[in-house]
Amino acid sequence: MSSRSTVRDLAQIAVFAALIAGLSLPGAIPIGSLGVPITLQTLGVMLAGAILGPRKGTLAVTTYVVLALIGLPILPGGRGGLGVFVGPTGGYLLGFILGAFVIGWCTARLLPRYRILPALLVTAIGGILAIYLIGVPWTAVTVGIPLDAAAIGALAFIPGDLIKVVVTVLVASAVHRAWPGIIEPKPWPWAAAKAETDASGAPVDPEASGRPAVADPSVQQDDRS
Amino acid sequence: MIGFAVPGTSVLHRMRPGVKLALLAAAVTVLAVLRDPVQLAVALALSCALVPLAHLPLRQTARQVTPVLWLLAVAVPVHAWFGTWPDAAAMGLRILTAVTLAAVFTMTTKVEALLDTVQAALRRVPWIDAERVGLVLALTIRCVPLLAAIVREVIDARRARGVGGSLRAIAVPVIVRSLRTADAFGEALVARGYDD
Repeated sequence: MSSRSTVRDLAQIAVFAALIAGLSLPGAIPIGSLGVPITLQTLGVMLAGAILGPRKGTLAVTTYVVLALIGLPILPGGRGGLGVFVGPTGGYLLGFILGAFVIGWCTARLLPRYRILPALLVTAIGGILAIYLIGVPWTAVTVGIPLDAAAIGALAFIPGDLIKVVVTVLVASAVHRAWPGIIEPKPWPWAAAKAETDASGAPVDPEASGRPAVADPSVQQDDRS
Repeated sequence: MIGFAVPGTSVLHRMRPGVKLALLAAAVTVLAVLRDPVQLAVALALSCALVPLAHLPLRQTARQVTPVLWLLAVAVPVHAWFGTWPDAAAMGLRILTAVTLAAVFTMTTKVEALLDTVQAALRRVPWIDAERVGLVLALTIRCVPLLAAIVREVIDARRARGVGGSLRAIAVPVIVRSLRTADAFGEALVARGYDD
């Protein structure tokens, strides 16, 4: 854990890790061809990224996953322990960590103006694409079925996931308006590179990073190299 | 916080969690290499023999393994459809054995002991502050019942008003109360001298 975490950060990490557990518990409905239970668990994962940002959000999800593997019954259906990790659905647990990071990283770049449409896009990329990117191949390998068959099995969850993405964005937009400063806004890499050349090699000052929306599409170019 | 551990004094209970974890990892690796259903059936029988060896109650052990049985009931025929039955049987046996072994591990290891092991391992990683990780893990364990109660209360409150479950109407108050709880925890920790 980075030594830059303040005690308040630690408290937020712990509370959100516990929140994911709390959202995982009520009423798990097994659905889909492989019987993976649907709960609000992924809502908690997406919220952690969208509300706490990349560092705290990823750490919150990691804490949740570690505690589940250590053997607390905090996975849907009151499951827990290493058995889940060696089983077919273990990849989703790793996917959650990646997903929260992707959502958090992008959300920090969207702030301070958290516009709904781009937020929906990045939350779907992190909350659905990134999670399935690890979860589906993991299922395919452990169960030994072709990748496309595993992907079709996972399709049953997409409608629920889309609802969770919308809910996450609406909640996050309300929270960030009412409670600014939870996530430190960061510029997109191309905006940062631009600000750096503007300031003739000086590090990005907080003034510029506070307004990441300056990336003018007409001037925008890929300076990431 | 309750885990799945069953108290006992068997060899498996007395083994150090780190050693047990290493054995489990080695066993799962061996399982991944085995291809023959007969060998895997023997492996499954051996892992099941650990259950009476550790004096674990059968019903509780079964509860750990049954969720994966439902999954396999679908996955094994699907696998056989795409491949051969021996392969499908090997896959089913492999997963079942791994999950049984993991269940034995979980049921013979106290959560506290495992937390200590994790923290001791993290102390050796220079860029990780093991004490803070330990604090977060302990705090989270404390918070799970609290947050589960918050979620339940909000859902009940919606129901009592007859407005039911719009997911957003549940999520907003849950998040607001979570953030307030985190602030309160932060202040309480600062008051106890945990500040940087």
